[in-house]
Amino acid sequence: MPSGATALQQLRRSLAIARKDIRIYYSKGPVVIFGLLFPVFLFLSFLIGRHLTADFMMPGLLGMILFFTATAVSPIIMPWETMGRTLERLMSCPVANGTIILGDILASFIFGLGISLVPIIITLALGVAISSPVILALDIILGAFCFASLGNLFSITPSNMPATANMIASVVKFPLVFISGIFISLDELPSWGQAIAYISPLTYFTDIARHCIGGQGHIPVAIDLLALLAFTILFLTLNIKLHSRTMPRRI
Amino acid sequence: MENDVAIQVVNLTKHYDKLTAVDHISFAVKKGEIFGFLGPNGAGKTTTIRMLTGVMGLDEGSASILGYKAGSLKAKQIIGVLPEMANAYSDLSGWNNLMFVAELYGVPAGKAREKGAEFLQAIGLFSRKDDKVMAYSKGMKQRLILCMALISEPQVLFLDEPTSGLDVQSARLINDMLRSLNASGKTIFLTTHDMDEANQLCRRVAIINQGKIVAIDAPEKLRLATSGMHPVEVSFSDLASPEALAKLPGVNAVKTMGDKYRLYTAEPGELVASLVNYSFSNGLRIVSLNTLAPTLEDAFVALTEREVK
Repeated sequence: MPSGATALQQLRRSLAIARKDIRIYYSKGPVVIFGLLFPVFLFLSFLIGRHLTADFMMPGLLGMILFFTATAVSPIIMPWETMGRTLERLMSCPVANGTIILGDILASFIFGLGISLVPIIITLALGVAISSPVILALDIILGAFCFASLGNLFSITPSNMPATANMIASVVKFPLVFISGIFISLDELPSWGQAIAYISPLTYFTDIARHCIGGQGHIPVAIDLLALLAFTILFLTLNIKLHSRTMPRRI
Repeated sequence: MENDVAIQVVNLTKHYDKLTAVDHISFAVKKGEIFGFLGPNGAGKTTTIRMLTGVMGLDEGSASILGYKAGSLKAKQIIGVLPEMANAYSDLSGWNNLMFVAELYGVPAGKAREKGAEFLQAIGLFSRKDDKVMAYSKGMKQRLILCMALISEPQVLFLDEPTSGLDVQSARLINDMLRSLNASGKTIFLTTHDMDEANQLCRRVAIINQGKIVAIDAPEKLRLATSGMHPVEVSFSDLASPEALAKLPGVNAVKTMGDKYRLYTAEPGELVASLVNYSFSNGLRIVSLNTLAPTLEDAFVALTEREVK
């Protein structure tokens, strides 16, 4: 168990790793394509030709953009470090495996957080009221961290090809978008559809967003928040356990 | 543990599935020593250094650095590492790479800037510090990575093939820096293929082959202890038969080297007489005849080949 001073020291080093990741990976092709272009075009293809209210549309847009952006950076970092032969140098520094993993997740978290401001600004510009801004802020922070942790799990396989992690990510991310109440609200899903929706963390994020924008949530907010927190803890634990096992095999 | 020991290794072992890459090796490196770790490709050098630097777990045995368990955060804090084939981040400048590593070691920003500038000046990279690493040559990258290993002013340095594949100037700069670091009291653990480099830099060397240590001693002692491996180099006015030379009394091995033959023996004086007789009886004239001192390379080859046999 690390002491308080050691934990603080390791947290500082995680932030240094996150800053390095931001400098290097934000401008990489896969991040721009999967994190920015994809969610916008996917949403536009859903939106065009349908008459949706802004109240319904904006929580879905927020959910999709946050989900895609926060899961865009973290999957490519480990494969890129492996390919660039920078991982061994990093692992020999006085940083725990958890510190490296947390740094990578933080870089993805900050990316998601930053880009999520765009749909928020659009929401306000459209004159849609945000009834509970504090809860929405908490939802976005927790959601961004949860999705960034999920994104980092996509690079568990000790491959040196970012494309492999992106392929795994796509296989998981696209089905999740369709079952998480983004395009169709949970109320309209059949009971089996709702049962599937509950295994997706994006469902709980979008549901909180619907509570806060338009007041149309399906699940009580407290349960949504607890579910998001539980998913975050699960993903973080899996990240530390599985990456610690595969990191030495990357060098 | 004796308090003058910097690195203590006891029965260190690593398995990769059925292969034992490092097989119960034990040695100690004294504080302030440059210790060479030599061996052919695949002998277990890099696996050993990875276990000592905490990049890889060990399967059996133990290792400690200045009393701290190898791989622990405390041990990692006091070491500097230059891994084999490691890279700096090519999308960052040399300076940003250096400052990033300083942050990971918790070096205060002011001190990191001061030491960073000092090391880059010493190694001839200061004028290129703001260029992205992708624009650096191999030698420049390796010099930068050495600076990255030094930025925290570590007490023990682990260098895996630091001059491998470098131009003469870069290799010389790095070796000069290692000498000066050692003179200031740093302990250096160095793997290399370059016997000359090991001979010139190291106070002691260990030779590892097939995961086992086959010898540990001062380079000079290893060189002289290789009995039966005194080289005698001869060239004749015409081609001679290596098979016939190998049959001369006392010859242990023959190598053809261009127009010369290098014969290995325990009795160089007697071999010289035999060679003179051989030239007379075969109508050959001796063009040159030299008795050489055995090199560390000869010792290395003898020890590793003996193990293979």
